Amino acid sequence: MFKDRIGKQSNKVKNVVERGAVKKFAEAIGDLDPIYFDEETGENSRYKANLAPPTFPRTFDYGDIEGLNLPNKGLIHGEQTFHYERPLRVGEEVFCFAKVKNYFEKKGNFGEMGFLVIENYGEDVSGALIFSSTSTVVISEAVRKVLVK
Amino acid sequence: MGMESKTLLNKQIPKLVKQPITRVQLSQYAGASGDFNRIHIDEEFARNSPLKGVIAHGMLSMGFLGQYLDKIAGDDFHVKNFKVRFRAMVRPGDTITCAAEVMNEENQVISLDLKALNQHNEPVILGEAILLAKEEEGYL
Repeated sequence: MFKDRIGKQSNKVKNVVERGAVKKFAEAIGDLDPIYFDEETGENSRYKANLAPPTFPRTFDYGDIEGLNLPNKGLIHGEQTFHYERPLRVGEEVFCFAKVKNYFEKKGNFGEMGFLVIENYGEDVSGALIFSSTSTVVISEAVRKVLVK
Repeated sequence: MGMESKTLLNKQIPKLVKQPITRVQLSQYAGASGDFNRIHIDEEFARNSPLKGVIAHGMLSMGFLGQYLDKIAGDDFHVKNFKVRFRAMVRPGDTITCAAEVMNEENQVISLDLKALNQHNEPVILGEAILLAKEEEGYL
């Protein structure tokens, strides 16, 4: 049921790497490295800026992919990758969108498991890629049956 | 580039031992990440689910590894690639330890093998990362 969504993508959404959001995110992880929120540390660093933690793109809005309705329970996060062209800078604007990269089914211990691969992208204002990330979500047969109803 | 002396090869990278995960932290992470899935924050809902209780966001444990990577990278390197596979559930009360091993290092590119282990020394995440020397110019 996700197979016909392969290749579909969302419209770009403008996000901002907000200073407060970065601080809250770092605090939730228990990561108090001042490079994320202390302005002086940022100015004295190699890139003369505060940077966001590597998993921060998790917080962005990537827009909705038409016809892709994921259940809000029963999903298993299987794999996650981040690829960076350069670090994310606090305060900058990032234009984000998502794409269905793949969907396939495989027999597993709990029946036929579905694997949905979503690719997320973040670009700067000129359209140059800053980062991409891939999430592989595992959807069990039981959950898919509920979805079909 | 003046970074010739910066190397991790043949060095033991110290582990990062995190504080035990708390329910408050899961609420904090839910708020910070926008992931309010009830399996992470609603005890009653979670207890009645097949998982029989609240589990931590996988991305929180990946965040621990991200913290660890940034610490290893310091101000000379940045995270270029970061890939993980989630292997086991993490629950409130679990203590996660991050460990890394240098697999390769050449031309200012460092490849690392990553592990997040629970207090029973079981891997909850296996992963790998590539750190790249920060360029002097062309960023801002």
